[in-house]
Amino acid sequence: MDDVFKALADASRRELLDRLRAENGQTLSELCARLDMTRQAVSKHLAVLENANLVATMRQGREKLHYLNPVPIHEIAERWIGKFERSRLQALSDMKQALENRNE
Amino acid sequence: MSEKPKFVYVVYIAASPEKVWQALTDPDITEKYWFGFRVAANGKAGERMTATDSKGKVVHHDPIIESDPPRRLSYAWQPLYKDLQGERPSRVTFELTPLRDQTRLTIIHDEFDEGSKIFGLISKGWPAVLSSLKSFVETGRGLQPSFEEEAARRAAEDAA
Repeated sequence: MDDVFKALADASRRELLDRLRAENGQTLSELCARLDMTRQAVSKHLAVLENANLVATMRQGREKLHYLNPVPIHEIAERWIGKFERSRLQALSDMKQALENRNE
Repeated sequence: MSEKPKFVYVVYIAASPEKVWQALTDPDITEKYWFGFRVAANGKAGERMTATDSKGKVVHHDPIIESDPPRRLSYAWQPLYKDLQGERPSRVTFELTPLRDQTRLTIIHDEFDEGSKIFGLISKGWPAVLSSLKSFVETGRGLQPSFEEEAARRAAEDAA
């Protein structure tokens, strides 16, 4: 679990996860394309994310595809969010989103 | 070459591939961690995977595409819910790889119909099933309350 928190404690790595969330299964080149980071830096960040199991990879032909793997985050949520709190938290989160949308 | 998969999930489980395989295919086990669903997927390729919900209603009756215990299992995915009828089935593949005393379980879900409604449901479903499966195999306790428990809890809350 330390690996997961360390991996998430970096804005660039969270940005990479956001990008995979928007479009799953990207190659290193695709991920680099619209980022203000060197290819080496992106590659290093991806290795940290993969090591923490937050990114899963698979090969397709010559390409290595990267996927957002939310399983470790789910495990963290399961650990600290009791099942009885879940629907209340969901309601709060829905309300926050609805109110924020209205203010836009 | 086929289109790239839409979802790939990985979970590491401290158990043998045989044990994880059994947990994925034996309805007496799946019902303890898979939202109360009984999933029978021990057939050969060409046979069917069937899943029933906690009320005994059949919710899947899907062709098994490939079965190579305890390494690789693949079946078509087409829930029999009314609002999802008419979609072309997608495909789920489980890959079990031994790593010392652990198993690396990969789920690949692909071949979705265009504009699939199932697509959106999947991204919430598998991570929950996988963490519950891991917990159950390692500790004997699943994580998710079954739909039935959840419904009972809500009813009790409403009555209060």
